[in-house]
Amino acid sequence: MWTTKVRERAVREMPPEKLLPDRQPSYVSSWIYVFGVVTIAAFVVVIASGVVLGMKGPEWWHLTGLGHFVNSMHLWAVEIFFFAMVVHLWGKFFMGAWRGGRGRTWVTGAVTFLVAIGAAFTGYVSQQNFDSQWIAFEAKDGLNAVGIGSFFNVANFGQMYTWHVILLPTVVVLLIVGHVLLVRRAGVVPPYAARLAKGADDE
Amino acid sequence: MRASIPLGAIFDLNGPAEYVSWHFIQISVPNLVVIALMIVVFVAALLIPFPKREREP
Repeated sequence: MWTTKVRERAVREMPPEKLLPDRQPSYVSSWIYVFGVVTIAAFVVVIASGVVLGMKGPEWWHLTGLGHFVNSMHLWAVEIFFFAMVVHLWGKFFMGAWRGGRGRTWVTGAVTFLVAIGAAFTGYVSQQNFDSQWIAFEAKDGLNAVGIGSFFNVANFGQMYTWHVILLPTVVVLLIVGHVLLVRRAGVVPPYAARLAKGADDE
Repeated sequence: MRASIPLGAIFDLNGPAEYVSWHFIQISVPNLVVIALMIVVFVAALLIPFPKREREP
């Protein structure tokens, strides 16, 4: 049966001891390795605060104290999300994290970064204030300049809000899940010096 | 009307940001500060020793 094949392949590709390991290579004992998980932690706060904002609506996040607070939490979680993701990206770039058959891990991370920029942008234009209007009309020129202006109406709240709360977050979640699974399957890339040592590339 | 001044009021975020212009580069001070902080955190992450965990038997 196809279910058997899928299950057997899933277990073969992603054995439980690799998905949830109890040991890590010694080189992972560095602060530079924490920024990936900081990014995910911030993303969880982004989603949780975003769910609350979505349930309550623009009037609530503009006119109530608690709405301001959750709105600010959403914004600052996004700031930490991008901050940590950029430091994570720099770290992985200088580690050459695509080495040892980890090309797809690198690419999924890079694509996540690009899609997240779109997710953040659609959030800025969904604020329902003068700031979002200004950003939308500045961005319209940018989108026209790169030839995709006809696909989006950045001044349309409903359209941008749908991209922001459903379409792009779904893509980001799927990419992050795929990225983490790929990291777990191939293991964390060893530093250059450790790679020279025999067998150090094997996790 | 606010009953008390929140901590965030130390930085006035309600006006347009100052910009730094250098040749063709133009960037707002907040963005420049964030980039500088990312570099500081990146270097600190490389230099600050990671706390060692006691080895399991």
